[in-house]
Amino acid sequence: MDVVWFLVLSAFIFCIGAAGVIIRRDPLVILLCLELMLNGGNLALISFARMHGGQAGQVFALIVMVIAACEVVVGLGIIVAMYRNRLRIDVDEMTELRG
Amino acid sequence: MWFEQVLFFIVAAGALAGALGVVMLRNPFYCVLALVVHLVSLAVLFLLLQAAFLAAAQVVVYAGAVMVLYIFVVAYIGGQDEELRPDDSLISSFGPLFAAAIAIELCFALIGTGLESLDTRGADLGPGFGSPGEIGSLLLRRFLVPFEAASYLLLIAAVGAVVLARRRRGIEEEPPTPRREPPPETLEVRA
Repeated sequence: MDVVWFLVLSAFIFCIGAAGVIIRRDPLVILLCLELMLNGGNLALISFARMHGGQAGQVFALIVMVIAACEVVVGLGIIVAMYRNRLRIDVDEMTELRG
Repeated sequence: MWFEQVLFFIVAAGALAGALGVVMLRNPFYCVLALVVHLVSLAVLFLLLQAAFLAAAQVVVYAGAVMVLYIFVVAYIGGQDEELRPDDSLISSFGPLFAAAIAIELCFALIGTGLESLDTRGADLGPGFGSPGEIGSLLLRRFLVPFEAASYLLLIAAVGAVVLARRRRGIEEEPPTPRREPPPETLEVRA
């Protein structure tokens, strides 16, 4: 398979994720769409690593996975805190920052 | 090589279908399941790109651990169907247009690129490319500082999540839920 096919696929995945971040209202699903965008980036990094024959891109992708895990942990913590404070789980309703 | 191409198109269709499912499905629980399909498909794509260790990490860490965390939270907060925005709202029409614009732009960038080797299968690889041993030695030699920074970041995120999600004492006291007494008729029947 040519490398360009993988890059086109990663571009599509990134764009679908971006559309989801804009369209959806549930913060949980917005986090899922962010995961999609990060995975699109990961696929591009690994494709370029294959193209150049170097493994640095794979290490970058591993670090991106770590960043994604951190983002998930903090984001889900915020959602649980919202639920505990009996706020509606909806990004349109969350218009002020208050502990 | 036809086997590789057939596998690529099947798995790419799976990845795109999973991604579309995440965006389109209304129940958050089904969204998480669609993302699992997407992640497993991506792991197969990583294998096609000779990244064996990353494929394993994708399945174990992402599709295993992170998705379990998501499912726990969806079950905890009760995933009810999301109300859609009214059709005439600006955002619901702007989002797909924005995504299409990025897609067109990225495709133009790929078509107009000067990278000759994009249309090849990639460089010749030595044995053990992308194996756990190679990645591990890179992480501990050339990329030691990013590796350590990532580990600190994970620690900070874990502590932050505990601080965020803990029950704050004194701010809110939950009223004790009244215990449901058995109705008197059943008692009479039992007597």
